[in-house]
Amino acid sequence: MNPPKILLLHAHPHPRKSKLNMRLLKAVADLDHVTVKRLYELYPDFQIDVEKEQQALQVHDLIIFQHPMYWYSAPALLKEWQDSVLEHGFSYGEAGTALTGKHFLSVVTAGSEKTSYDPIGRNRFTTEQLLAPFEQTAGLCNMLWQAPRILYGGFKISKETLDQHCASYREYLQNYTLEME
Amino acid sequence: MEEHSLLLSVFIYLLAAVVAVPVAKKLGLGAVLGYLLAGILIGPWVLKLITETTHVLHFAEFGVVMLLFLIGLELNPSKLWEMRRPIIGQGGSQVLISTMAIAGVALLLGLRWEYALVAGMALALSSTAIVLQIMDEKNLMPTPTGQSGFSILLFQDIAVIPMLAILPLLSVTGSGSEAGGVLGVIKALTALVLIYLIGRYLLPPIFRYIAATRMREVFTAFTLLLVVGVAALMDAVGLSMALGTFMVGVLLSESKYRHELEANIEPFKGLLLGLFFISVGMTVNFGLLFDNPLLIIGLVVSLIAIKALILYLVSVKGKLPSAARLRFAILLSQGGEFAFVILSQATAVAAIDTHSAEILTVVVALSMMTTPLLMLVVERYCTPATIDSEKPVMDIPNEQNEVIIAGFGRVGQIIARMIGARNIGTTILDHNSAHIERISKFGFKAYYGDATRMDLLETAGIADAKILVIALDDNDQAVELAREAKRLYPHLKILSRSWDVAHAIELMKVGVEMPQRETMYSSLKLAEEVLTNLGYGAFEARQVTAKFERHDLEILHGIYDAETLEDRISIGRDLRGKFEAQMKSDAEYREQAEPDWS
Repeated sequence: MNPPKILLLHAHPHPRKSKLNMRLLKAVADLDHVTVKRLYELYPDFQIDVEKEQQALQVHDLIIFQHPMYWYSAPALLKEWQDSVLEHGFSYGEAGTALTGKHFLSVVTAGSEKTSYDPIGRNRFTTEQLLAPFEQTAGLCNMLWQAPRILYGGFKISKETLDQHCASYREYLQNYTLEME
Repeated sequence: MEEHSLLLSVFIYLLAAVVAVPVAKKLGLGAVLGYLLAGILIGPWVLKLITETTHVLHFAEFGVVMLLFLIGLELNPSKLWEMRRPIIGQGGSQVLISTMAIAGVALLLGLRWEYALVAGMALALSSTAIVLQIMDEKNLMPTPTGQSGFSILLFQDIAVIPMLAILPLLSVTGSGSEAGGVLGVIKALTALVLIYLIGRYLLPPIFRYIAATRMREVFTAFTLLLVVGVAALMDAVGLSMALGTFMVGVLLSESKYRHELEANIEPFKGLLLGLFFISVGMTVNFGLLFDNPLLIIGLVVSLIAIKALILYLVSVKGKLPSAARLRFAILLSQGGEFAFVILSQATAVAAIDTHSAEILTVVVALSMMTTPLLMLVVERYCTPATIDSEKPVMDIPNEQNEVIIAGFGRVGQIIARMIGARNIGTTILDHNSAHIERISKFGFKAYYGDATRMDLLETAGIADAKILVIALDDNDQAVELAREAKRLYPHLKILSRSWDVAHAIELMKVGVEMPQRETMYSSLKLAEEVLTNLGYGAFEARQVTAKFERHDLEILHGIYDAETLEDRISIGRDLRGKFEAQMKSDAEYREQAEPDWS
């Protein structure tokens, strides 16, 4: 069976400053079945080519949002991408079935430790809770929400941990299958 | 005065042109009149700087020859075919009726019928050089006036052939009246066929060959060789040189070297045409004029009156807009350079007596001088608004538009294309005939003429427009237009391109809030691309650019607010220094900062 086709939408406004996210991207970008779209490189002035983005969505099976956690959400361009690409009649609403049955995965990097994302921690909410808007967006588009992959502790992460995380991310996408366990 | 060396003569001609033409233009007299006056001034009757005039006139006729070559290049055969009706109809009736009428008057004055007919033919023709130069100056070419005028001139050029051919038949001594006429026609036809064959089959491979050498001056030389050669051939068989080069021009109008040919001939044409006008001014025999002042002035006046009347009737028949008819009639009312040719030929074969020929030559030369003056009078008399509302030849929807764009050059075109793509009603003003085709292609409502003239803008509907976009490439005109438009229509939003900071400030002073410097955004974009190619993220590069742009605008406004010129310079320098230092430290901070957690 052919591997599923993966569309990786990467949103990072300052790639030169990125320690984690760009490493993660490099770890998987060369995979044959992965298409990478770096949104801030494609649309630095926020004028998204809606038609092209919709076409890309249609020919892929797994859609990934990969981004740093900025103010408990994604960088602004990814929101703009959702606002303009996920149109009524395309991805939701009566005739909006273009994304039905596709898989959706959030890949997020965060600065703080996992312990801070907790009702008693500094950030007061778990990442799963904070990602609820994405989960529901996928849901409204009839996509299947996958368990998000989150890399915590970016401020103090060790080289080994980062390497390890990259390797496991690559392996995850390499072996990704659409069959439900 | 003695004849000068060639060099000195050239110096005198050039000096006269350089001095007289700008002065005439400044006085609103137009370039043609300027040249004519310069000619009179340096000629044998005023300053006597140049005394030998006929040779120069003959040489300068090459200006007309080149002019017709250029016009031919602009007219491909199918366009010419489309014009056959006005050429034959209007041209034919003008030449025929004018010849008869003038010959009639000459008969009444007691000339023999042969002489009268020669006079009629010679004077019926108008001056291609003067008419086309004036039409060019006033941008009349694309209007019905221009089309009709050109048709008639073209017919006249063709009519010269049979006219010259029958001159020997009119000889009163009978010396030239043998088969010369028939032989002449045969020679003429052979020459025309020859030119057609050369233009059609021989020239394309030669041009390819020469273009392949990639030597510009050889190409220029060949272009000149072609024009001169054809003119010489036509001259040898007694045909109009201008007609011959016109034919070659038409034949080459679809060649891909057309633009290069045009660019090569253009400067020669301009100079020689100027020389031609100067020599017309010089040839006016003031001695003859002072001896028979009443006769000659009377003849000039009647010539112009008769021709103008007939032209007016032709224009009625040719369905010219009524407001444009008078101007049209005056435009072609003079005698032309072909009169000189016909009269000298006729004298040679004794188809007219020397005295009459000399008098008529003076009449023609004087009549040529009246045209630019009469045009001034006509334009004062007919309100310019009615005459310039003369619609271009193509059909244009007649609705009120919200947007007016002044200038359809590189900037105006992009603006018009984008605004037009949103189906926003747009009216365009431009006075460059090269832009006409493009305007019609995009289907915009267009007005030809000087966009700085408020009457033209009124015709174009500025009173109902919301926005005026100034995309003129003449800085002073842009400021002038903004000032006038703001003064008369305070409600109007004026947007403008500007050349540089100084120009932008001038525009701001007359009410343009935010002039756009024409090189600003392409330069910023290139700078942005430098950053991305050095590894900056596209978004970061965009941010840096936007920041720079904001600073630059602040500098512009800082300079604008400054009171005096010295203030401007020092404030501009201070602000620039401040912002550049700020951006540098910002950049250093960013470069030194460790990658963050993200």
